[in-house]
Amino acid sequence: MIDVQNLTKRYGRTTAVDGISFKVEKGEILGFLGPNGAGKTTTMRILTCYLPATDGTASVAGYDVFKSPLEVKKRVGYLPETPPLYPDMQVGEFLEFCARIKGVAPAQRAARLDEAIGKARVGDVRGKQIGRLSKGYRQRVGLAQAILHNPDVLILDEPTAGLDPKQILETRELIKGLAGDHTVILSTHILPEVAVTCGRVVIINKGRVVAEDTPDNLTHRLRGSAGLRVDVRGEAGPAEDALSRVAGVASVRALPGETGTASFAVEPVAGQDVRAELARALVGQGLDLLGLQQVGMSLEDVFIRLTTADVAEAPRPESAPEPEPPAAEVQP
Amino acid sequence: MTALRNVWALVRKEWHHYFTSPIAWVLLTMWSFLEGIFFSATFYGYLDRSFATAQQAEFGMKMSLNDMVFNPVFQNMSVVALFMTPMLTMRLFAEEKRQGTMELLATSPLTDLQIVLGKFFAAVGLFAAMILVGFANLLLVWAYAPTPPEWRPIASGFLAVLLLGCALIALGLFVSTLTKNQIVAAVVTFSLTLGIWVLGWFDSPTAGPVMKFVSYFGITNHLEDMLRGVIDLKDIVFYLSFITFGLVLAHQSVESQRWRA
Repeated sequence: MIDVQNLTKRYGRTTAVDGISFKVEKGEILGFLGPNGAGKTTTMRILTCYLPATDGTASVAGYDVFKSPLEVKKRVGYLPETPPLYPDMQVGEFLEFCARIKGVAPAQRAARLDEAIGKARVGDVRGKQIGRLSKGYRQRVGLAQAILHNPDVLILDEPTAGLDPKQILETRELIKGLAGDHTVILSTHILPEVAVTCGRVVIINKGRVVAEDTPDNLTHRLRGSAGLRVDVRGEAGPAEDALSRVAGVASVRALPGETGTASFAVEPVAGQDVRAELARALVGQGLDLLGLQQVGMSLEDVFIRLTTADVAEAPRPESAPEPEPPAAEVQP
Repeated sequence: MTALRNVWALVRKEWHHYFTSPIAWVLLTMWSFLEGIFFSATFYGYLDRSFATAQQAEFGMKMSLNDMVFNPVFQNMSVVALFMTPMLTMRLFAEEKRQGTMELLATSPLTDLQIVLGKFFAAVGLFAAMILVGFANLLLVWAYAPTPPEWRPIASGFLAVLLLGCALIALGLFVSTLTKNQIVAAVVTFSLTLGIWVLGWFDSPTAGPVMKFVSYFGITNHLEDMLRGVIDLKDIVFYLSFITFGLVLAHQSVESQRWRA
């Protein structure tokens, strides 16, 4: 649905986007993740034909953004970072104007308006002046504007910025509900958002793609060998001995635990699942096994690692540092 | 067809901005107020002279409402147009850029030309409304004049003021594409407008070829014949090329800003 090849954008001497390539399949939600100033907005503006690229190609819904911008614009709904709204218009008037300029056929206009207003939940402010709306409502009016003409592709630049937690949840639900019929790219620097809403993530930093995968795979890839957290009742010494004797365990490290229990971070040899053996070994020693969990690196960790280290591509599993289980996202 | 629909949608939107804010109402009222004052003043002058003519018929002049009332009022109003059109055009692009709504227009399936034309015709529509409303003042003449004025020079006078307004709007529209600040747009438009108005003053019976050329660009010089009821193709061509030139510049400016962004 979206195909970006080698896209580059320079502003004078600064390169905002530096040879980005990625693809989005129909019905997918792609998360576009990166620190502020990474080139997310620039890429989105190129995809919506707002800015021309310096180099490379991009096509949306089969149309080249440089050669047939009108065809692309008909098929793209775009919510910029600050929703483009006219403060002196009422919500309903504004959306009607949008329907007109987005080429919604007059016969369908009323139906499309009702649907977009319903989906974006702005029905109760339809007759209000946009200038008097709260930030959350403005964002939703912006979203209604983007989905108004039922576009194949939705490009949302930080759709949940400035919303309260409840609105964030609602907006995420809305976006998830749109996938399938629509292909969605959303940018954010809020990580849980990506883990929750997106099927796939492209992490960009300084204008380059540093990683591209599903949120789960990304954490897996960077976690290296799967880390385990083991909780045992009683003294640390015997348990540690028992754990380190198990075949396939690379390292055991004691973690601060509650009183009366001992906790360990166990790192198996890459690719081996040693959970069953660990449990057997502990129970065989007469120790009480209280917990055994697989621990993934959180997306935060992945993100920080990818965007702070000077690696242009994802680090190899061997080079990935040991995870810090207590701070990490826990995967049962 | 779609192109027309798009332009119409933009015209309606601009009218919405004009009429939900005080801009349109202030301009309509003030235009009408000034036209009323100019009309009263010229009309009293006309009455004085007709008394004089009635008393001394041998020294009297030919009294014509067209020449002595309508023509001067239209001429005055064309100067008022120089002052008022910058206020019509200043926000057209500047405000879209400041508000970030240019991003909405530019990512909607509209061409830059449609955007420019939509804004142009919206301003022209309001200007036409101003002329019409102001003209209501002059209707009194028909109620009381024993011989009503000729309508043809009045119609061509209308056309003259409208063409002048369109030319000024095209210029102001271009200036508005250059800035995010409405005041800057208004001041620059106004200065340019006054500048090209004054160019016309270089015209004189003794002017040499250079001065003749310079004064050709005087924006009100091409009104005179039309106000008298003579529609000359060369004047029409002057205004139409001025308008086209302004719109082309505005279009180029909107387009190029995207490339430079």
